[in-house]
Amino acid sequence: MNETLLISILAASITAGTPILFAALGELITERSGVTNLGVDGMMLVGAATGFMASVTFHSPWLGVGVALLAGGIMALIHAYLTITLRANQVVSGLALALFGSGLSSYLGKNYVGMRPEQTFEKLAVPYLSNIPIIGPVIFKQDALVYLSYGLVVFVAFYLYKTRAGLFLRALGENPAAVDAVGVNVFGLRYLYVIIGGALAGLGGAYLSLAYAPCWLENMTAGRGWIAVALVIFALWDPWRALVGSYLFGGIDALGFHLQVLGIPVSIFILNMMPYIFTIVVLIFVLIRRGGRLAAPQSLGLPYDREER
Amino acid sequence: MKIKVQKSLAPNLTSQILVPIFAVLASLFFCAIFFALTGKDPIEVYSAMFSGALGSEYGISETFVKMIPLALCGLGVAVAFRMHLWNIGAEGQFYMGACAATWVTLSFPTLPFFLMIPAMIIMGALAGGLWGLLAGWFKVKWQVDEIISTLMMNYIGILWVDFLVYGAWRDPEGKNFPLTAAFPAAAMLPTFGSLRVHYGIFFVFILALIFWVVFKKSKWGYETLVIGSNPIAAKYAGINIRSNVLLAMFISGALCGIAGMVEVSGVVGKLQPGISPGYGYTAIIVAWLARLHPLAIVGVAFLFAVIHVGGFMLQTMGMPSATATMLQGAMLFFVVGSDILTKYEIKFISSKEGEKNE
Amino acid sequence: MADTPLISMRNIVKRFPGVTANDQINLDLYPGQVHALLGENGSGKTTLMSILTGLYRPTEGTISVNGQEKKFTSPRDAIDNGIGMVHQHFKLIESFTVAENIALSQISNSFLLSQDAVVDDITKLGEKYGMVVNPKSYVWQLSVGEKQRVEILRMLYRNSKVLILDEPTAVLTPQETRELFANLRKMANDGCAVVFISHKLNEVLELADQITVLRSGKVVGCFGRNDTNRYGLIEMMIGRDINVNKSNNKQEQSLGEVILEVNNISALNDVGTLGLNGMSLNVKAGEIYGIAGVSGNGQRELAEVLAGLRPATCGSIKFKGEEIIGMSPKAMIERGISYVPEDRLGMGLVPNLDASENVILKEYGTSKYSNSWKVNKTAAIKATEAIVKKFDVRMGSIFQPVKMMSGGNLQKLLLGREIASHPKLMIVLYPVRGLDIGAIESVHKLLLQLKKENTAIILVSEELEEIAELADRVGVIFSGKILGEFPVSAMDTELVGSLMAGITENKEDMV
Repeated sequence: MNETLLISILAASITAGTPILFAALGELITERSGVTNLGVDGMMLVGAATGFMASVTFHSPWLGVGVALLAGGIMALIHAYLTITLRANQVVSGLALALFGSGLSSYLGKNYVGMRPEQTFEKLAVPYLSNIPIIGPVIFKQDALVYLSYGLVVFVAFYLYKTRAGLFLRALGENPAAVDAVGVNVFGLRYLYVIIGGALAGLGGAYLSLAYAPCWLENMTAGRGWIAVALVIFALWDPWRALVGSYLFGGIDALGFHLQVLGIPVSIFILNMMPYIFTIVVLIFVLIRRGGRLAAPQSLGLPYDREER
Repeated sequence: MKIKVQKSLAPNLTSQILVPIFAVLASLFFCAIFFALTGKDPIEVYSAMFSGALGSEYGISETFVKMIPLALCGLGVAVAFRMHLWNIGAEGQFYMGACAATWVTLSFPTLPFFLMIPAMIIMGALAGGLWGLLAGWFKVKWQVDEIISTLMMNYIGILWVDFLVYGAWRDPEGKNFPLTAAFPAAAMLPTFGSLRVHYGIFFVFILALIFWVVFKKSKWGYETLVIGSNPIAAKYAGINIRSNVLLAMFISGALCGIAGMVEVSGVVGKLQPGISPGYGYTAIIVAWLARLHPLAIVGVAFLFAVIHVGGFMLQTMGMPSATATMLQGAMLFFVVGSDILTKYEIKFISSKEGEKNE
Repeated sequence: MADTPLISMRNIVKRFPGVTANDQINLDLYPGQVHALLGENGSGKTTLMSILTGLYRPTEGTISVNGQEKKFTSPRDAIDNGIGMVHQHFKLIESFTVAENIALSQISNSFLLSQDAVVDDITKLGEKYGMVVNPKSYVWQLSVGEKQRVEILRMLYRNSKVLILDEPTAVLTPQETRELFANLRKMANDGCAVVFISHKLNEVLELADQITVLRSGKVVGCFGRNDTNRYGLIEMMIGRDINVNKSNNKQEQSLGEVILEVNNISALNDVGTLGLNGMSLNVKAGEIYGIAGVSGNGQRELAEVLAGLRPATCGSIKFKGEEIIGMSPKAMIERGISYVPEDRLGMGLVPNLDASENVILKEYGTSKYSNSWKVNKTAAIKATEAIVKKFDVRMGSIFQPVKMMSGGNLQKLLLGREIASHPKLMIVLYPVRGLDIGAIESVHKLLLQLKKENTAIILVSEELEEIAELADRVGVIFSGKILGEFPVSAMDTELVGSLMAGITENKEDMV
């Protein structure tokens, strides 16, 4: 395979994987705190739609990003209220969010279908680094949001493993009673992390509509939000693995397109199945190896009930 | 005299029926605000929806057409949810059922009606059932979360159908469109006159009744109820949880597979991408709103079909049909949120009683 | 020994609805001392420690730390005052490392997680007190003994001066127990006040400097180790003569053949250590075999093995001559083995279902309550009404979810269901726990009735009076085996008390 093609595929893997990465990082944070939010796809769509609308209306992609963050966060707030305060079933609430988000985004974005934004996120080459053979143009010739995603992965990993706040975040999902016992507000923290997760999902959607496509189409996530949910498990709730997984899935996306261009007769459908089959296989493998436990945060999905005093 | 809100333990009429109704009304109200804020008169919107769905023969027929797959998938979802098995894979099981039914018509195109249809039903149920069973097996053997596995298998199933209709099963005379040849007449479920409503509706009523009886009276219905309510007690009582998980996932998938078969045989007449506009997902809302009661599921499926068809009609008003999805999602939200209301009741206590508590 | 106690609890009273758990308790803890709290189940020692650790607020009374009166409004307050407790069920996060678990309890405002400092400190602490654990290993990799060390290190890391350990040796091997004692002594010598809750008399006498005995919520004795002996302590713990001749409810009944033969079985408990260790017993038809003992010595594990809910790792169980070890719960039920668990609403019944649906829980598949594929609701309702009448179960309606019923009535329903199934063998755990006098009498009558119908009954109880009243033979369970067995006529305070506390004539069994 010649170099240009390789670079093209790898770079496209990163671009295609970035929306998934944002959403997966968000859901990872949410689940680490002990809450499952299946509404990721809906939050992505709302972020995509509102971000696009804001960007076009105010001629500012960055404003679009801001609005998408806000929109995703607000949607997640609904889920947080239902599941943390009202202790409703997290699975069903998340599904409701996904569905509502899908409908809401279509409703809001209706007039914006087919529009082309004037400004999008252009690819920016990092001086010197982008000249490294092969890796350079792949990693360092991306748009601003991709660079943001790099930083985010590093930050989330740092936060999670090297800070006290991160320790508490991890403890929240494992044993909220232990966190409560030290006098830290379990409910408040969970609210915070669920909202952050939603905001990041919104950002992932905004990436689709503001950089990747860029345009707004109904249901443009094509289920990427669900892949992000699976990816979090596949990544064992670790940001670095989420990075690798996102680009892997992105790569399959990119590869499919390129193979078609090259006329290689692998059915694009079989190829597109790979991420999903892969997820199940990896999950099984991980569960067999670890004996079924120690993968998920122990208190994931369980509402927290303080004991009587 | 004091008014006290306290935890109520018994499901009563209020919680079972009034609360869901309240939730539906509240969501209508909530979305009405939304419409108003974006410049549409909510009354106009709702009347357009309801008259579109129910105001004409065509509308009612379309509503029933949409209700059929929703109700069947809803029943499938309910069977699994009863045991707290979160089968999100109704969509994929639907597609696999449609696929298998199509296979029958393609492999045995000359079968007569009374053999073709049963064969399609059986194969559709089998395919959907096995698709669900696979996820159940992953759970039983390796504790793979069924939410993830069924979800992934949705996409695999949908892509599998894409693969077939874009490839080996593509109709050579179809002008390169991704669809199979039209089903022979023997493979089509009859319709009522010139309307699109088809005999699939009998499946709905028959299966709803069957499962109503199964849930209420059968030994298996009892077993699954106990497992879903208290798996520890189930194990204590000697109930085999593993085999029930497998059975429930199979039956759940089978029902959704039948829904797929019924859709291609009664409405579409061929296999093509996008035969389901998310029935599998909407069915989850339907089942949850109906509190997993088979007869209520039919009713709620009808309601949702009304919203769906009505939403379609909204396009003439310049609103996207996705408005319906929004409304359905909101309904689920309100049901989920108002579930908490069923856990509480308001009590009036005289001041003397009030002093007794510590 | 210093002059001012580190902790002084004065006139502590704690009342719950219907029971006074602590009644005018005084307790002084001095630095450099190992203080043992001795008492049966229900003596009030757990409640007292819950108050000291800030989990409960005392109804009356004061707590002073270093002479200053303090009010604890939350566990955090107790921790801030240097009080730490290692519970029977560890509160560790399995997927964290040792250092991370301990860092969680650290009181620090720093943003960064300085693991190295924590690791260093843990290593130093560990070496100082002989509690060596690798700070970087994950908790799930550790043995139970090592996990306990982590809990203790956590307390020391937080500068706890009062170290409370609740039945710490229950999960340890003899070797680990010896190490623990040596380490606790080191900590005491270093100025800590160690509180050691236990029912194992040998250990108490070996380790403790001061011993306080609680019974029925009151302090019945407080001695230095050299001022008492084991028999005195036993008498104080149990405190009364068990009147065996109260057998006016029991008539002479000739017992049948041996129905159950348990031979040398072992089984793991939930923590992964041995819950049953060479357990053997046998029961005849029509016999009530009472098992006395402090809760947590293998009673639940024995019942679960017999019910098919827990695997036994060795040994044999013969039921009416048939080897049944390893069979499924269903097989056990089919053979007429009935298990009445202590967790009534969590295991024995389905809380959201109504009484008639619960009555058929085990028998819904039999011809009694079903025909072909259907459940015979009429038969179920009839049977439920019969049970309700016969066993005097009070409830709003038999169609209400059973979780609405009171504890006593739940137990009557549960027992009623099991008795109505005419079992050949019944294992019943703590049948009258939480019941009022009237209910207790009813339950006892029911059990005696069942005995008349020739059912073999294993009655596990914390109440020695109950066992004296109902049992034919008594076995005392300790550390997963029957330490001593005797006919009920031979039951007396000294004998039972010693066995319950782990003391036996047989030198091999002593820890």
